[in-house]
Amino acid sequence: MQQSPTAESIVEIRQVAFGYDPARPVLRDIDLEIPRGSVVGIMGQSGCGKTTLLRIIAAQFLPTAGEARVLGRSTAGLDREGLYEMRRRMGMLFQFGALFTDLSVYENVAFPLREHVALPEDLLHDLVMLKLQAVGLRGAAQLMPTELSGGMARRVALARSIALDPRLILYDEPFTGLDPISFGVIVRLIRELNDSLGATSIIVTHDVQEALGVVDYVYFMADGRVIAQGTPEDIRRSGEPFVRQFVNGAAEGPVPFHYPAPDYAADLELAS
Amino acid sequence: MQQLEHLREHARGRLERIGNVVTSQVWRLGFASRFLFYLVVHSGTALRRFRLTLKEIYFAGVLSLIIILVSGLFVGMVLALQGYETLQRFGASESLGVLVALSLVRELGPVVAGLLFASRAGSAITAEIGLMKATEQISAMEMMAVDPIARVVAPRFWGGVISMPLLAALFSAMGIFGGYLVGVQLIGVDAGAFWSQMQAAVDVRNDILNGVIKSVVFGIAVTWISVFEGYDAVPTAEGVSRATTRTVVTSSLAILALDFALTALMFTGGNNQ
Repeated sequence: MQQSPTAESIVEIRQVAFGYDPARPVLRDIDLEIPRGSVVGIMGQSGCGKTTLLRIIAAQFLPTAGEARVLGRSTAGLDREGLYEMRRRMGMLFQFGALFTDLSVYENVAFPLREHVALPEDLLHDLVMLKLQAVGLRGAAQLMPTELSGGMARRVALARSIALDPRLILYDEPFTGLDPISFGVIVRLIRELNDSLGATSIIVTHDVQEALGVVDYVYFMADGRVIAQGTPEDIRRSGEPFVRQFVNGAAEGPVPFHYPAPDYAADLELAS
Repeated sequence: MQQLEHLREHARGRLERIGNVVTSQVWRLGFASRFLFYLVVHSGTALRRFRLTLKEIYFAGVLSLIIILVSGLFVGMVLALQGYETLQRFGASESLGVLVALSLVRELGPVVAGLLFASRAGSAITAEIGLMKATEQISAMEMMAVDPIARVVAPRFWGGVISMPLLAALFSAMGIFGGYLVGVQLIGVDAGAFWSQMQAAVDVRNDILNGVIKSVVFGIAVTWISVFEGYDAVPTAEGVSRATTRTVVTSSLAILALDFALTALMFTGGNNQ
Protein backbone atom coordinates (compact mmCIF):
# COMPACT_ATOMS: atom_id res chain seq x y z
CA MET A 1 0.00 0.00 0.00
CA GLN A 2 2.85 2.29 0.90
CA GLN A 3 4.50 2.39 -2.47
CA SER A 4 1.27 2.58 -4.45
CA PRO A 5 1.66 5.30 -7.06
CA THR A 6 -1.98 6.31 -6.91
CA ALA A 7 -2.01 7.44 -3.27
CA GLU A 8 -1.21 11.11 -2.82
CA SER A 9 2.07 11.56 -1.00
CA ILE A 10 2.19 14.12 1.77
CA VAL A 11 5.94 13.74 2.17
CA GLU A 12 8.38 12.61 -0.51
CA ILE A 13 12.05 12.36 0.25
CA ARG A 14 14.27 11.63 -2.76
CA GLN A 15 17.93 10.72 -2.41
CA VAL A 16 18.35 13.11 0.46
CA ALA A 17 21.71 13.60 2.16
CA PHE A 18 22.51 15.96 4.96
CA GLY A 19 25.59 16.84 6.96
CA TYR A 20 27.21 19.77 8.68
CA ASP A 21 30.55 18.51 7.50
CA PRO A 22 30.61 16.98 3.98
CA ALA A 23 33.15 14.40 5.17
CA ARG A 24 30.77 13.06 7.81
CA PRO A 25 27.20 13.04 6.53
CA VAL A 26 24.43 12.60 9.11
CA LEU A 27 21.99 11.31 6.49
CA ARG A 28 22.74 9.44 3.26
CA ASP A 29 20.56 8.31 0.35
CA ILE A 30 17.29 8.63 2.16
CA ASP A 31 14.21 7.74 0.13
CA LEU A 32 10.80 7.72 1.62
CA GLU A 33 7.26 8.37 0.68
CA ILE A 34 4.45 8.96 3.10
CA PRO A 35 0.91 8.67 1.73
CA ARG A 36 -1.96 10.78 3.00
CA GLY A 37 -3.81 9.46 6.02
CA SER A 38 -1.14 7.11 7.28
CA VAL A 39 0.75 6.99 10.57
CA VAL A 40 4.38 6.30 9.82
CA GLY A 41 7.14 5.51 12.25
CA ILE A 42 10.79 6.44 11.78
CA MET A 43 12.74 4.29 14.20
CA GLY A 44 16.28 3.61 15.15
CA GLN A 45 18.91 4.06 17.75
CA SER A 46 19.73 7.40 19.32
CA GLY A 47 22.07 9.25 17.00
CA CYS A 48 21.03 7.37 13.85
CA GLY A 49 19.80 10.58 12.21
CA LYS A 50 16.07 10.14 12.67
CA THR A 51 15.56 13.46 14.44
CA THR A 52 17.62 15.15 11.72
CA LEU A 53 15.33 13.56 9.15
CA LEU A 54 12.33 14.94 11.03
CA ARG A 55 13.90 18.38 10.96
CA ILE A 56 14.39 18.05 7.21
CA ILE A 57 10.70 17.23 6.85
CA ALA A 58 9.84 20.20 9.07
CA ALA A 59 12.07 22.37 6.83
CA GLN A 60 14.19 23.39 9.80
CA PHE A 61 17.15 21.98 7.89
CA LEU A 62 17.56 21.88 4.14
CA PRO A 63 18.99 18.75 2.53
CA THR A 64 22.55 19.12 1.23
CA ALA A 65 21.64 16.82 -1.67
CA GLY A 66 18.41 15.43 -3.04
CA GLU A 67 14.95 16.82 -2.59
CA ALA A 68 12.38 16.91 0.19
CA ARG A 69 8.82 17.59 -0.94
CA VAL A 70 6.42 18.27 1.89
CA LEU A 71 2.71 19.02 1.45
CA GLY A 72 3.33 19.29 -2.25
CA ARG A 73 6.18 21.78 -2.15
CA SER A 74 9.93 21.40 -2.20
CA THR A 75 11.43 22.70 1.04
CA ALA A 76 14.46 24.09 -0.76
CA GLY A 77 13.88 27.52 -2.22
CA LEU A 78 11.04 28.44 0.11
CA ASP A 79 11.19 32.02 1.30
CA ARG A 80 10.03 33.02 4.77
CA GLU A 81 6.47 33.51 3.63
CA GLY A 82 6.38 30.16 1.86
CA LEU A 83 7.95 28.40 4.81
CA TYR A 84 5.48 29.88 7.28
CA GLU A 85 2.59 29.16 4.94
CA MET A 86 3.69 25.51 4.85
CA ARG A 87 4.17 25.32 8.60
CA ARG A 88 0.70 26.62 9.27
CA ARG A 89 -0.51 23.33 7.80
CA MET A 90 1.85 21.33 9.99
CA GLY A 91 1.80 20.53 13.69
CA MET A 92 4.75 19.32 15.70
CA LEU A 93 4.80 17.70 19.11
CA PHE A 94 8.16 18.20 20.80
CA GLN A 95 9.84 15.66 23.01
CA PHE A 96 8.91 17.37 26.28
CA GLY A 97 5.97 19.37 24.98
CA ALA A 98 7.74 22.74 24.81
CA LEU A 99 4.72 24.51 26.33
CA PHE A 100 5.10 28.24 26.89
CA THR A 101 5.75 28.38 30.61
CA ASP A 102 4.43 31.92 31.02
CA LEU A 103 1.02 31.07 29.56
CA SER A 104 -1.82 28.99 30.99
CA VAL A 105 -2.96 25.75 29.35
CA TYR A 106 -5.81 27.65 27.72
CA GLU A 107 -3.54 30.38 26.37
CA ASN A 108 -1.03 27.81 25.12
CA VAL A 109 -3.68 26.15 22.99
CA ALA A 110 -5.06 29.53 21.95
CA PHE A 111 -1.59 30.76 20.96
CA PRO A 112 -1.46 29.58 17.32
CA LEU A 113 -5.06 30.68 16.80
CA ARG A 114 -4.42 34.15 18.19
CA GLU A 115 -1.31 34.50 16.04
CA HIS A 116 -2.82 33.38 12.77
CA VAL A 117 -6.56 33.91 12.72
CA ALA A 118 -8.47 36.91 14.01
CA LEU A 119 -11.36 35.28 15.82
CA PRO A 120 -13.94 36.75 18.17
CA GLU A 121 -13.13 35.77 21.75
CA ASP A 122 -16.16 33.48 22.21
CA LEU A 123 -15.45 31.52 19.04
CA LEU A 124 -11.81 31.21 20.10
CA HIS A 125 -12.95 29.92 23.47
CA ASP A 126 -15.10 27.25 21.84
CA LEU A 127 -12.25 26.14 19.58
CA VAL A 128 -9.75 25.91 22.44
CA MET A 129 -12.23 23.93 24.55
CA LEU A 130 -12.87 21.62 21.61
CA LYS A 131 -9.16 20.88 21.27
CA LEU A 132 -8.72 20.42 25.01
CA GLN A 133 -11.75 18.14 25.12
CA ALA A 134 -10.15 16.03 22.38
CA VAL A 135 -7.16 15.34 24.63
CA GLY A 136 -9.35 15.03 27.74
CA LEU A 137 -8.00 18.11 29.53
CA ARG A 138 -10.83 20.62 29.27
CA GLY A 139 -10.88 20.71 33.06
CA ALA A 140 -7.22 21.75 33.20
CA ALA A 141 -7.67 24.83 31.02
CA GLN A 142 -6.77 27.32 33.74
CA LEU A 143 -3.71 25.48 35.08
CA MET A 144 -0.18 26.66 34.39
CA PRO A 145 2.28 24.29 32.63
CA THR A 146 4.29 23.89 35.85
CA GLU A 147 1.23 22.37 37.51
CA LEU A 148 0.94 19.57 34.95
CA SER A 149 2.42 16.09 35.00
CA GLY A 150 4.67 15.07 32.12
CA GLY A 151 1.88 13.14 30.43
CA MET A 152 -0.62 15.98 30.78
CA ALA A 153 1.89 18.49 29.43
CA ARG A 154 2.40 16.26 26.39
CA ARG A 155 -1.38 16.14 25.83
CA VAL A 156 -1.72 19.92 26.11
CA ALA A 157 1.13 20.30 23.63
CA LEU A 158 -0.70 17.89 21.35
CA ALA A 159 -3.87 19.97 21.62
CA ARG A 160 -1.79 23.04 20.75
CA SER A 161 -0.16 21.39 17.76
CA ILE A 162 -3.56 20.45 16.29
CA ALA A 163 -5.11 23.86 16.98
CA LEU A 164 -4.93 24.89 13.33
CA ASP A 165 -6.16 21.47 12.06
CA PRO A 166 -2.84 20.51 10.45
CA ARG A 167 -2.60 18.16 7.52
CA LEU A 168 0.68 16.75 8.77
CA ILE A 169 1.55 16.06 12.41
CA LEU A 170 5.15 15.39 13.41
CA TYR A 171 5.98 13.68 16.69
CA ASP A 172 9.50 13.93 18.09
CA GLU A 173 9.97 11.10 20.62
CA PRO A 174 6.40 11.39 21.93
CA PHE A 175 6.71 8.50 24.40
CA THR A 176 9.87 9.49 26.25
CA GLY A 177 9.51 9.49 30.02
CA LEU A 178 5.80 8.64 30.20
CA ASP A 179 4.17 6.30 32.70
CA PRO A 180 2.24 3.36 31.19
CA ILE A 181 -1.15 5.07 31.50
CA SER A 182 -0.07 8.38 29.92
CA PHE A 183 1.68 6.31 27.35
CA GLY A 184 -1.47 4.43 26.42
CA VAL A 185 -3.36 7.71 26.23
CA ILE A 186 -0.82 9.27 23.86
CA VAL A 187 -0.79 6.17 21.62
CA ARG A 188 -4.59 6.28 21.41
CA LEU A 189 -4.62 10.02 20.75
CA ILE A 190 -2.10 9.78 17.93
CA ARG A 191 -4.31 7.33 16.09
CA GLU A 192 -7.63 9.02 16.88
CA LEU A 193 -6.48 12.52 16.00
CA ASN A 194 -4.86 11.35 12.81
CA ASP A 195 -8.04 9.66 11.65
CA SER A 196 -10.52 12.29 12.85
CA LEU A 197 -8.57 15.22 11.38
CA GLY A 198 -7.83 13.34 8.18
CA ALA A 199 -4.19 14.15 8.82
CA THR A 200 -0.96 12.26 8.22
CA SER A 201 1.39 11.54 11.12
CA ILE A 202 5.09 10.85 11.38
CA ILE A 203 6.44 9.48 14.65
CA VAL A 204 10.15 9.54 15.34
CA THR A 205 10.91 7.24 18.22
CA HIS A 206 13.17 4.60 19.67
CA ASP A 207 10.37 3.02 21.68
CA VAL A 208 9.96 0.34 19.07
CA GLN A 209 7.63 -2.16 20.71
CA GLU A 210 5.19 0.55 21.74
CA ALA A 211 5.27 2.40 18.47
CA LEU A 212 4.78 -0.75 16.40
CA GLY A 213 1.30 -0.96 17.90
CA VAL A 214 0.17 2.35 16.45
CA VAL A 215 1.92 2.85 13.10
CA ASP A 216 0.90 1.62 9.63
CA TYR A 217 4.39 1.57 8.21
CA VAL A 218 7.91 1.74 9.57
CA TYR A 219 11.21 3.06 8.29
CA PHE A 220 14.11 1.68 10.23
CA MET A 221 17.25 3.78 10.31
CA ALA A 222 20.85 3.10 11.28
CA ASP A 223 23.93 5.17 10.70
CA GLY A 224 22.17 7.77 8.59
CA ARG A 225 20.45 5.33 6.21
CA VAL A 226 17.15 3.54 5.96
CA ILE A 227 18.10 -0.11 6.50
CA ALA A 228 14.67 -1.69 6.61
CA GLN A 229 11.08 -0.76 5.98
CA GLY A 230 7.69 -2.38 6.00
CA THR A 231 4.53 -2.86 7.99
CA PRO A 232 4.88 -3.55 11.73
CA GLU A 233 4.40 -7.25 10.92
CA ASP A 234 7.29 -7.17 8.43
CA ILE A 235 9.51 -5.51 11.02
CA ARG A 236 8.66 -8.02 13.74
CA ARG A 237 9.48 -10.87 11.35
CA SER A 238 12.52 -9.16 9.88
CA GLY A 239 15.66 -11.23 9.48
CA GLU A 240 17.90 -8.16 9.45
CA PRO A 241 20.21 -8.68 12.47
CA PHE A 242 20.20 -5.04 13.51
CA VAL A 243 16.41 -4.81 13.42
CA ARG A 244 16.16 -8.07 15.39
CA GLN A 245 18.54 -6.76 18.02
CA PHE A 246 16.66 -3.48 18.24
CA VAL A 247 13.16 -4.94 18.38
CA ASN A 248 14.18 -7.46 21.03
CA GLY A 249 16.33 -4.98 22.95
CA ALA A 250 19.33 -7.31 23.06
CA ALA A 251 22.54 -5.90 24.54
CA GLU A 252 24.78 -7.65 22.04
CA GLY A 253 24.39 -7.91 18.31
CA PRO A 254 25.53 -5.88 15.34
CA VAL A 255 25.51 -2.89 17.71
CA PRO A 256 28.14 -3.76 20.29
CA PHE A 257 27.61 -3.09 23.99
CA HIS A 258 30.97 -1.33 24.19
CA TYR A 259 31.76 2.02 22.68
CA PRO A 260 34.96 1.69 20.60
CA ALA A 261 37.87 1.81 23.07
CA PRO A 262 41.53 0.86 23.25
CA ASP A 263 42.38 -2.59 24.50
CA TYR A 264 40.96 -3.07 28.00
CA ALA A 265 44.06 -4.73 29.42
CA ALA A 266 46.27 -1.97 28.02
CA ASP A 267 43.99 0.65 29.54
CA LEU A 268 44.36 -0.92 32.96
CA GLU A 269 48.13 -1.15 32.35
CA LEU A 270 48.03 -4.92 32.84
CA ALA A 271 49.79 -5.77 29.63
CA SER A 272 53.51 -5.35 29.56
CA MET B 1 68.50 25.83 16.31
CA GLN B 2 65.83 23.39 17.35
CA GLN B 3 65.00 25.59 20.29
CA LEU B 4 64.57 28.58 18.03
CA GLU B 5 62.24 26.57 15.83
CA HIS B 6 60.26 25.55 18.88
CA LEU B 7 60.00 29.15 20.05
CA ARG B 8 58.86 30.29 16.66
CA GLU B 9 56.23 27.57 16.63
CA HIS B 10 55.05 28.63 20.07
CA ALA B 11 54.80 32.29 19.06
CA ARG B 12 52.92 31.38 15.92
CA GLY B 13 50.47 29.28 17.91
CA ARG B 14 49.83 32.13 20.30
CA LEU B 15 49.40 34.63 17.48
CA GLU B 16 46.94 32.29 15.79
CA ARG B 17 44.92 32.02 18.97
CA ILE B 18 44.77 35.79 19.36
CA GLY B 19 43.78 36.09 15.72
CA ASN B 20 41.05 33.52 16.23
CA VAL B 21 39.67 35.33 19.25
CA VAL B 22 39.64 38.64 17.38
CA THR B 23 37.98 37.26 14.25
CA SER B 24 35.39 35.36 16.25
CA GLN B 25 34.56 38.49 18.26
CA VAL B 26 34.26 40.58 15.12
CA TRP B 27 32.09 37.89 13.58
CA ARG B 28 29.90 37.87 16.68
CA LEU B 29 29.57 41.64 16.63
CA GLY B 30 28.50 41.45 13.00
CA PHE B 31 26.03 38.72 13.85
CA ALA B 32 24.65 40.79 16.74
CA SER B 33 24.29 43.81 14.44
CA ARG B 34 22.38 41.81 11.87
CA PHE B 35 20.24 40.47 14.68
CA LEU B 36 19.47 44.03 15.83
CA PHE B 37 18.65 45.10 12.29
CA TYR B 38 16.31 42.14 11.77
CA LEU B 39 14.73 42.79 15.16
CA VAL B 40 14.03 46.44 14.42
CA VAL B 41 12.64 45.63 10.97
CA HIS B 42 10.34 42.97 12.45
CA SER B 43 9.08 45.10 15.31
CA GLY B 44 5.67 45.53 13.74
CA THR B 45 4.00 42.95 15.97
CA ALA B 46 5.50 44.40 19.14
CA LEU B 47 4.25 47.90 18.29
CA ARG B 48 0.91 46.96 16.75
CA ARG B 49 0.02 44.63 19.60
CA PHE B 50 1.39 47.01 22.18
CA ARG B 51 -0.01 44.89 25.01
CA LEU B 52 2.90 42.47 24.39
CA THR B 53 5.41 45.29 24.91
CA LEU B 54 3.48 46.64 27.91
CA LYS B 55 3.86 43.28 29.61
CA GLU B 56 7.63 43.48 29.13
CA ILE B 57 7.71 47.07 30.40
CA TYR B 58 6.09 45.68 33.51
CA PHE B 59 8.73 42.93 33.87
CA ALA B 60 11.77 45.04 33.00
CA GLY B 61 10.63 48.39 34.36
CA VAL B 62 8.03 48.13 37.08
CA LEU B 63 9.66 45.16 38.78
CA SER B 64 13.01 47.05 38.79
CA LEU B 65 11.45 50.01 40.60
CA ILE B 66 12.31 48.92 44.14
CA ILE B 67 16.02 48.45 43.52
CA ILE B 68 16.22 51.65 41.43
CA LEU B 69 14.37 53.84 43.92
CA VAL B 70 16.16 52.54 47.00
CA SER B 71 19.58 52.78 45.34
CA GLY B 72 18.80 56.27 44.09
CA LEU B 73 17.83 57.39 47.56
CA PHE B 74 21.04 56.10 49.11
CA VAL B 75 23.29 57.41 46.34
CA GLY B 76 21.75 60.86 46.79
CA MET B 77 22.19 60.70 50.56
CA VAL B 78 25.84 59.71 50.26
CA LEU B 79 26.44 62.44 47.66
CA ALA B 80 25.03 65.02 50.06
CA LEU B 81 27.21 63.81 52.94
CA GLN B 82 30.40 63.72 50.87
CA GLY B 83 29.58 66.90 48.96
CA TYR B 84 28.84 68.87 52.09
CA GLU B 85 32.19 67.81 53.60
CA THR B 86 34.08 69.27 50.65
CA LEU B 87 31.89 72.31 49.89
CA GLN B 88 31.83 73.67 53.42
CA ARG B 89 35.63 73.90 53.40
CA PHE B 90 35.27 76.53 50.71
CA GLY B 91 32.25 78.10 52.31
CA ALA B 92 30.06 76.94 49.44
CA SER B 93 27.75 74.60 51.26
CA GLU B 94 24.68 76.31 49.70
CA SER B 95 25.78 74.88 46.37
CA LEU B 96 25.08 71.38 47.68
CA GLY B 97 21.85 71.21 45.68
CA VAL B 98 23.74 71.97 42.46
CA LEU B 99 26.38 69.36 43.16
CA VAL B 100 23.87 66.65 43.95
CA ALA B 101 21.61 67.45 41.00
CA LEU B 102 24.34 67.78 38.39
CA SER B 103 26.14 64.61 39.50
CA LEU B 104 22.91 62.67 39.33
CA VAL B 105 21.41 64.08 36.19
CA ARG B 106 24.59 64.06 34.13
CA GLU B 107 26.36 60.94 35.33
CA LEU B 108 25.19 58.85 38.22
CA GLY B 109 21.54 58.66 37.24
CA PRO B 110 22.06 57.10 33.80
CA VAL B 111 25.17 55.11 34.74
CA VAL B 112 24.13 53.59 38.06
CA ALA B 113 20.56 53.03 36.91
CA GLY B 114 22.01 51.39 33.77
CA LEU B 115 24.25 49.09 35.79
CA LEU B 116 21.37 48.13 38.08
CA PHE B 117 19.08 47.65 35.09
CA ALA B 118 21.63 45.35 33.44
CA SER B 119 21.92 43.14 36.50
CA ARG B 120 18.22 43.15 37.41
CA ALA B 121 16.36 43.22 34.09
CA GLY B 122 19.05 42.38 31.52
CA SER B 123 20.05 39.14 33.22
CA ALA B 124 16.38 38.17 33.55
CA ILE B 125 15.76 38.79 29.84
CA THR B 126 18.79 36.71 28.84
CA ALA B 127 17.90 33.86 31.17
CA GLU B 128 14.29 33.82 30.04
CA ILE B 129 15.02 33.76 26.32
CA GLY B 130 17.88 31.28 26.85
CA LEU B 131 15.62 28.92 28.79
CA MET B 132 12.87 29.26 26.21
CA LYS B 133 15.45 28.14 23.69
CA ALA B 134 16.72 25.30 25.89
CA THR B 135 13.17 23.98 26.43
CA GLU B 136 12.42 24.18 22.68
CA GLN B 137 9.78 26.88 23.15
CA ILE B 138 11.53 28.97 20.50
CA SER B 139 11.58 26.03 18.05
CA ALA B 140 7.94 25.30 18.86
CA MET B 141 7.07 28.86 17.96
CA GLU B 142 8.95 28.58 14.66
CA MET B 143 7.09 25.37 13.90
CA MET B 144 3.82 27.24 14.50
CA ALA B 145 4.90 29.68 11.79
CA VAL B 146 5.37 32.42 14.38
CA ASP B 147 8.60 34.39 14.14
CA PRO B 148 10.16 34.23 17.63
CA ILE B 149 12.19 37.37 17.01
CA ALA B 150 9.04 39.33 16.28
CA ARG B 151 6.94 37.68 18.98
CA VAL B 152 9.41 37.09 21.85
CA VAL B 153 12.50 39.21 21.29
CA ALA B 154 11.10 42.47 19.90
CA PRO B 155 8.62 43.15 22.74
CA ARG B 156 11.38 42.53 25.29
CA PHE B 157 13.73 44.81 23.41
CA TRP B 158 11.27 47.70 23.21
CA GLY B 159 10.10 47.10 26.76
CA GLY B 160 13.69 47.54 27.96
CA VAL B 161 14.42 50.50 25.71
CA ILE B 162 11.32 52.31 26.97
CA SER B 163 11.86 51.39 30.64
CA MET B 164 15.49 52.38 31.00
CA PRO B 165 15.23 56.21 30.55
CA LEU B 166 12.22 56.28 32.88
CA LEU B 167 14.11 54.32 35.51
CA ALA B 168 17.16 56.61 35.17
CA ALA B 169 14.93 59.67 35.59
CA LEU B 170 13.30 58.18 38.68
CA PHE B 171 16.74 57.28 40.03
CA SER B 172 17.90 60.90 39.66
CA ALA B 173 14.71 62.29 41.19
CA MET B 174 14.97 59.92 44.13
CA GLY B 175 18.67 60.80 44.52
CA ILE B 176 17.89 64.51 44.63
CA PHE B 177 15.25 63.79 47.26
CA GLY B 178 17.87 61.79 49.24
CA GLY B 179 20.30 64.69 48.91
CA TYR B 180 17.60 67.02 50.21
CA LEU B 181 16.87 64.76 53.18
CA VAL B 182 20.50 64.63 54.25
CA GLY B 183 21.59 68.13 53.18
CA VAL B 184 18.61 70.18 54.31
CA GLN B 185 16.81 68.08 56.89
CA LEU B 186 19.79 66.46 58.59
CA ILE B 187 22.74 68.82 58.13
CA GLY B 188 20.73 72.01 57.95
CA VAL B 189 21.70 73.59 54.63
CA ASP B 190 19.25 76.36 53.78
CA ALA B 191 16.34 74.89 51.86
CA GLY B 192 15.84 77.99 49.72
CA ALA B 193 19.48 78.06 48.63
CA PHE B 194 19.49 74.32 48.01
CA TRP B 195 16.57 74.45 45.58
CA SER B 196 17.07 77.86 43.96
CA GLN B 197 20.74 77.34 43.18
CA MET B 198 19.87 73.95 41.73
CA GLN B 199 17.14 75.49 39.61
CA ALA B 200 19.48 78.19 38.35
CA ALA B 201 22.43 75.91 37.57
CA VAL B 202 20.80 72.88 36.00
CA ASP B 203 20.20 73.50 32.33
CA VAL B 204 17.44 71.65 30.51
CA ARG B 205 19.35 71.12 27.27
CA ASN B 206 22.92 70.74 28.47
CA ASP B 207 22.26 68.72 31.56
CA ILE B 208 18.86 67.08 31.58
CA LEU B 209 18.57 66.35 27.88
CA ASN B 210 22.11 65.00 27.73
CA GLY B 211 21.37 62.77 30.72
CA VAL B 212 18.24 61.49 29.00
CA ILE B 213 20.20 60.81 25.79
CA LYS B 214 22.70 58.80 27.81
CA SER B 215 20.01 56.74 29.44
CA VAL B 216 18.37 56.03 26.09
CA VAL B 217 21.71 54.90 24.63
CA PHE B 218 22.40 52.70 27.67
CA GLY B 219 18.89 51.29 27.45
CA ILE B 220 19.41 50.29 23.83
CA ALA B 221 22.86 48.83 24.53
CA VAL B 222 21.85 46.80 27.60
CA THR B 223 18.64 45.45 26.08
CA TRP B 224 20.33 44.64 22.78
CA ILE B 225 23.07 42.71 24.59
CA SER B 226 20.50 40.95 26.79
CA VAL B 227 18.23 39.75 24.01
CA PHE B 228 21.13 38.78 21.78
CA GLU B 229 22.91 36.79 24.48
CA GLY B 230 19.65 35.02 25.33
CA TYR B 231 18.86 34.18 21.72
CA ASP B 232 22.43 33.10 21.01
CA ALA B 233 22.83 31.08 24.23
CA VAL B 234 23.93 27.45 24.01
CA PRO B 235 20.66 25.71 24.91
CA THR B 236 21.87 23.94 28.06
CA ALA B 237 21.89 24.86 31.76
CA GLU B 238 25.57 25.77 31.51
CA GLY B 239 25.09 27.74 28.30
CA VAL B 240 22.28 29.83 29.77
CA SER B 241 24.28 30.54 32.91
CA ARG B 242 27.27 31.65 30.84
CA ALA B 243 25.08 33.84 28.66
CA THR B 244 23.54 35.50 31.72
CA THR B 245 26.96 36.25 33.16
CA ARG B 246 28.13 37.61 29.82
CA THR B 247 25.10 39.90 29.66
CA VAL B 248 25.92 41.51 32.99
CA VAL B 249 29.65 41.82 32.28
CA THR B 250 29.33 43.07 28.69
CA SER B 251 26.49 45.45 29.55
CA SER B 252 28.40 46.98 32.45
CA LEU B 253 31.52 47.49 30.36
CA ALA B 254 29.46 48.87 27.50
CA ILE B 255 27.73 51.36 29.80
CA LEU B 256 31.01 52.65 31.22
CA ALA B 257 32.72 52.88 27.85
CA LEU B 258 29.72 54.55 26.20
CA ASP B 259 29.45 56.92 29.14
CA PHE B 260 33.01 58.07 28.59
CA ALA B 261 32.43 58.51 24.87
CA LEU B 262 29.15 60.39 25.34
CA THR B 263 30.53 62.60 28.10
CA ALA B 264 33.49 63.48 25.93
CA LEU B 265 31.13 64.42 23.09
CA MET B 266 28.60 66.30 25.21
CA PHE B 267 30.52 68.20 27.82
CA THR B 268 33.60 69.33 25.95
CA GLY B 269 33.81 71.99 23.29
CA GLY B 270 32.63 74.70 25.65
CA ASN B 271 28.91 74.16 25.25
CA ASN B 272 28.50 73.83 29.00
CA GLN B 273 28.81 76.82 31.24
